[in-house]
Amino acid sequence: MTHSTKYQRYQRQIILEQFGTNAQEKLFQAKVLVVGAGGLGCPALQYLSAAGVGTIGIIDFDVVELSNLQRQTLYCTEDIGKPKAQTAADKLKAFNPDIVFYVHHIKLDSKNALDLIRNYDVLIDGTDNFATRYLVNDASAILNKPLVYGAVLCFEGQVGVFNLADKITSTKTNYRDLFPVPPDPASAPSCNEAGVLGVLPGIIGTLQATEAIKIITGIGKPLCNTIVSYNALTNLFYEFMIYPAKETDSSIPKNESAFRKFNYNWFCGSHEALNEITPAEFDDLRTREKIDIIDVRETNELPLADEFSFIKIPLGKFGAAMKVISTKHKIVVFCQTGKRSLTAVKMLNERFPGCAAVSLKGGIEAWKKYQLSVSTTPFNEQS
Amino acid sequence: MEINLLSFGQVADIIGKDPMKLADVKNTSELNRYLAKNWPMLRSIKYSIAVNKKIIHEDTLLQHEDTVAILPPFSGG
Repeated sequence: MTHSTKYQRYQRQIILEQFGTNAQEKLFQAKVLVVGAGGLGCPALQYLSAAGVGTIGIIDFDVVELSNLQRQTLYCTEDIGKPKAQTAADKLKAFNPDIVFYVHHIKLDSKNALDLIRNYDVLIDGTDNFATRYLVNDASAILNKPLVYGAVLCFEGQVGVFNLADKITSTKTNYRDLFPVPPDPASAPSCNEAGVLGVLPGIIGTLQATEAIKIITGIGKPLCNTIVSYNALTNLFYEFMIYPAKETDSSIPKNESAFRKFNYNWFCGSHEALNEITPAEFDDLRTREKIDIIDVRETNELPLADEFSFIKIPLGKFGAAMKVISTKHKIVVFCQTGKRSLTAVKMLNERFPGCAAVSLKGGIEAWKKYQLSVSTTPFNEQS
Repeated sequence: MEINLLSFGQVADIIGKDPMKLADVKNTSELNRYLAKNWPMLRSIKYSIAVNKKIIHEDTLLQHEDTVAILPPFSGG
């Protein structure tokens, strides 16, 4: 490509005094990862591609549905049933062949997130659930990548930038400084349940693309340590300034290996979370918060568990004893191999619908084995 | 002494969309108690509080004419 055609496409922004070829070159060099190619992701992707961001990653494990088309403007009727990430990349490549797209048709989790995110400079959060939001937030905090946050519901949206140091004070904040604890899923409706005005994610996603362009090129003042709330019905914007919370330091995974062990579905109480936790997750949870532990084995069963405190209620007496059980804290139930404890968790869920009770997967036997494996592993974990 | 109360998202659905004025609320914990008492549905909702646009993490004294905004998280995308 000749010099002139390379710049011709972007000529209208290059002629801006603050922008110029310098900012354009920064965009060419930049790598942006868009997490979620839905209502927020579509407009963000369109404008980032149009602006000439050199490398764009798209993560989405979903396929296009008819009810997406009211707001997810990259897709058309004939795309229904097709994977979003690939479909979006194909459309965008046609819009702007200069861009290199990486398609990640996967569900982001704590095992794959760091290695994926590491390759990019800026992240766009276009996710639609709390578990993935906390996951993306924590990963970008650990890897020190600026995260452009966006969220919508009904007629309101929020946009902001996390993990970007203030130029004067060097202060950096993240989503946990705004919302330290995720809401109970039953009390926080999603767009599927509560609805969303189609144009709203268009506005918020476009604002996210704007913030990413500002961060990459250094023009203007990004929404650092700030989120802006927008109401489409009243046309009001309202700013919230965020300050570091003490709680964040103790609740966010401290390093890469702690992050990999963190169970975000469990943390956010997602509907899809299983009724079981692994020994590693159990250990992590015990250090993180106050939980109640119940042993449902008979009195003389071995091995003994003397490493943590628990109450003992043999399964045969569990039904009668349930009236004295408090559901104030999360409850972890264990037995020998994890079968009786699952039954007890089922009973707890029936008696206290929505209570946070889980069974220790593989029972105390698996936990003891895990302790052995942890204590004999050489200290060479990659982090 | 009087403060202005703004609410967002689900909180606005519960307590009303229009800004309101509250008298004699000394600090943000008193405000939380007042809200929970008058709108019990708020007890199951997590929200953050901003006093004059600054998100607070601890109980904060309120002054005359302060604007307190109540922001619940939402996750749609």
